[in-house]
Amino acid sequence: MLTELPVHELAARFRGGQATPGEVAAAYLERIETLDPQVRAYLTVTREAALAQAERAGARFKAGRPLGPLDGVPIAVKDVLCTRAVRTTCGSRILEHFVPPYDATVVERLRAAGAVLLGKLNMDEFAMGSSTEHSAFFTTRNPWDLARVPGGSSGGAAAAVAADLAAGALGTDTGGSIRQPGAFCGVVGFKPTYGRVSRYGLVAFASSLDQIGPLAKDVEDAALLLQAVAGRDPMDSTSADVPVPDYPAGLTAGIEGLRVGIPAEYFIEGMDPEVERATQAAIEVLRNLGARTQPVSLPHTEYGLAAYYLIAPAEASSNLARYDGVKYGLRVPGARDIVEMYSRTRAAGFGAEVKRRVMLGTYALSAGYYDAYYGKAQRVRTLVSRDFQQAFDRVDLIVAPTTPNVAFKMGEKEDPLQMYLNDVLTIPVNLSGLPGLSVPSGFTQTGLPIGLQLIGRAFDEAMLLRAGYAYERATPWHERKPAFDGALPREGGRFPLPPREGEG
Amino acid sequence: MSAADRYEAVIGLEVHAQLQTASKMFCGCGTRFGAAPNSQTCPVCQGMPGTLPVINRRAVEFGIRTALALSCTVNADNRFARKHYYYPDMPKNYQISQYEEPLAEHGHLAIEVSGASRQIRIQRLHLEEDVGKLLHEGNLETAQSSHVDFNRSGVPLMEIVSRPDLRSPEEASVYLRALRAILIYLQVCDGNMEEGSLRCDANVSLRLRGNRELGTKVEIKNMNSFRHVQHALEHEVHRQAQTLERGERIVQETRLWDPDRNHTVSMRSKEFAHDYRYFPEPDLPPLQVDPRWVEALRASLPELPAARRRRVMETYGLTVHEADLLTQGRGLADYFEEAARGYPRPKIVANWVLNELLRELPGDDDRAVAACPIPPRSLRGLIGLIDDGTISGKIAKDVFEKMYRSGEDPASIVRREGLTQVADTDELGTVVDRVLAEHGKVVEDWRNGKKQALGFLVGQVMKATQGKASPAVVNALLAEKLPKG
Repeated sequence: MLTELPVHELAARFRGGQATPGEVAAAYLERIETLDPQVRAYLTVTREAALAQAERAGARFKAGRPLGPLDGVPIAVKDVLCTRAVRTTCGSRILEHFVPPYDATVVERLRAAGAVLLGKLNMDEFAMGSSTEHSAFFTTRNPWDLARVPGGSSGGAAAAVAADLAAGALGTDTGGSIRQPGAFCGVVGFKPTYGRVSRYGLVAFASSLDQIGPLAKDVEDAALLLQAVAGRDPMDSTSADVPVPDYPAGLTAGIEGLRVGIPAEYFIEGMDPEVERATQAAIEVLRNLGARTQPVSLPHTEYGLAAYYLIAPAEASSNLARYDGVKYGLRVPGARDIVEMYSRTRAAGFGAEVKRRVMLGTYALSAGYYDAYYGKAQRVRTLVSRDFQQAFDRVDLIVAPTTPNVAFKMGEKEDPLQMYLNDVLTIPVNLSGLPGLSVPSGFTQTGLPIGLQLIGRAFDEAMLLRAGYAYERATPWHERKPAFDGALPREGGRFPLPPREGEG
Repeated sequence: MSAADRYEAVIGLEVHAQLQTASKMFCGCGTRFGAAPNSQTCPVCQGMPGTLPVINRRAVEFGIRTALALSCTVNADNRFARKHYYYPDMPKNYQISQYEEPLAEHGHLAIEVSGASRQIRIQRLHLEEDVGKLLHEGNLETAQSSHVDFNRSGVPLMEIVSRPDLRSPEEASVYLRALRAILIYLQVCDGNMEEGSLRCDANVSLRLRGNRELGTKVEIKNMNSFRHVQHALEHEVHRQAQTLERGERIVQETRLWDPDRNHTVSMRSKEFAHDYRYFPEPDLPPLQVDPRWVEALRASLPELPAARRRRVMETYGLTVHEADLLTQGRGLADYFEEAARGYPRPKIVANWVLNELLRELPGDDDRAVAACPIPPRSLRGLIGLIDDGTISGKIAKDVFEKMYRSGEDPASIVRREGLTQVADTDELGTVVDRVLAEHGKVVEDWRNGKKQALGFLVGQVMKATQGKASPAVVNALLAEKLPKG
């Protein structure tokens, strides 16, 4: 089936003439129409625009002038990335009808590479959550068990890639939002170094932590997608002017002699024993491939979560202040004055989790509390970063589980703190700005995916991809596909939002 | 001792200057004043989701130049910060400003008040973005709808905060003028208070003379001209003195100057003061200023108003007042020096600039001076025509006016209009004879000792020659022809 093929194989078939972008786009669109009513990964499907883009890509192949490895490849992006003339909701009622007049830099770069944009993917509202249950519109299902969550906040992106509803996707990761859903859905999830990919057009949640990255069917695809979007952007002053190496070319160098650190602090109490076993097995695989493992210590890990839940909400409270009903997005009518308009609009437009974090963040930044909360959290952040720096004096790579548990049931984690604990192993990586790669590393007895997290030095994405690729070649996990097709009856098939909008 | 004399005013000014950069502080939009609403906006300055700021290097340069002119220390590492409050003219509901790590600190500006020099310390200088403008349909209180124009949103602003070193409304006014002159000399701000490119807030408190402790301060806003600043501060000092004299306490608050009613009204008290929740702007890395850049900018600073005033006074032998007026703008000072170059009697040139040119245009407005229809060379030419006797000083004033209207050079005007002075003794002798004959009574008066009668006779000769007669020749002829006592 064409939709099962990874990006690099699709590209090979396009070049060889065994498939055309048009038929692949059509196959994906048909699959979305048939199966997405069960998975509910998409908030918006840009059907007409996708077909038109695929046709243009087909013409390029016919003329013998394809743009590169992503030309004609159907990609979808998380609905937090701005798309010109295509509604960008951030999973929120407050932006339900927001149509940006500009593309995010990553979207622009995907278009320039010839990628076909299938649509916009569901997410926790403003990327705040770990299950996609905080989407204002609907919850995306985990393709491996439709009663379970796909993780979050890039749950739509992970589920779409796992269910072959997109050849690849872009998500965003602020505290684990690419890697955790990647692990939950059995796909590759890659958060690059902070600054590696431009954030221009990424609707900000926590500006100092947000980073865009790929969700992919395998490591090679992740390399191709990152290659297309990485690099300095003059529109984002925090994007780094660091050369981007040829990621696909570096994949096959192997890991002989690589020094791999195992942090004891990442094997926490209460961790799912199946996750722990899978991680130990993965470490054994790396050893067999020639890696030299050694224990490392990241002593401030346990404080990372607390620091994160001050810094991220503080920045969010500021970033979300602009949604006030004045300029764009929702405005609740009938207010007598501007303050009432603000309160009514924000009360109706934001969900409970967003409100909780805005309040947390506002409090943390308030006069008299700043030093005790935000200031202290920043100092903890420095300590967490220093842990990694010291570890990377001795090792090239750190390996740990991506999450302590596998995908949980919808509605299972009602206590916000329980939900927050999901990100305990991914958050320190964001706090330190480092790259983190999650690759499939096995399944539980009940058939739920497990993820292995590889953490690298800043801007050393190539190393992570190389190690991830070597591991993937030595294991069968990425080959398994969820068998949900027809497992559940279609649920009405009606989208709460019109499924298409605009021309991309 | 009157109430006012018992107290000493303690005033600090916060000045906001719009920088004359071509583009905005954090995006590429234009900054022209008066453009159609929202025509100079983009997703960044409209605060749209996902957009990011990029620092305008030119604005930083303007900030550094000003900082150096005010003898500030430029911080090699400085940061932008977000200042939060909700207001519909501010698209992000936070303003990107600078807080703990401003661009520059610890400067000073010398001012002269009643002949004495005073050093006013500058606490800090920082950069920030301006907000948009609200347009209400009707009165603010009853308006059914309001509109926002974001053209001004994101225009670079420089905030210059003085220490509370000013001791009277007059000093405050002098400080503000001196600061404005520097901004104009540096060509970083046009200094127009009415258009809002220069804005001033004041912190005012009173204390008993001789006391060192500071009193409770009140912030005064909405002073849109020099006159407003002086009036508002005088009013506030008076209000506080009266309050204290009644034995009441000053409330820490913000008050708005109402120029129509000539008083201040309370806007908000301390209890309702904003908590701006400042924190470092995560979308911008710390701004690192290369010391070599600072040194290059220091080397390229123009001569500043105080230095130029002194030099102009000494070089051209002018009074303080004349030098002050001539150097009120960089353009005017350039104009004067150009016109006076190589001329042996610069005082004459100064008089022409001060008495004639400044009647036509505002001397502190560089753009107006640059657009002056009379180039400095032509003014010198006009003075030369007086010196060589071609025209009289009186005619020269008419020629000046004609030059200003038409932009023509003086010689052409004099030639075309036949304004050349008549110095011919025979020709003027005839006129003098006729005037003496027609005014026998006046001649009689003169002979009887009424010396002012001579002036009348000179006037008559001038009138008869349409002012073209050489006054020297006329005087000599009259002296010769009038009957001797």
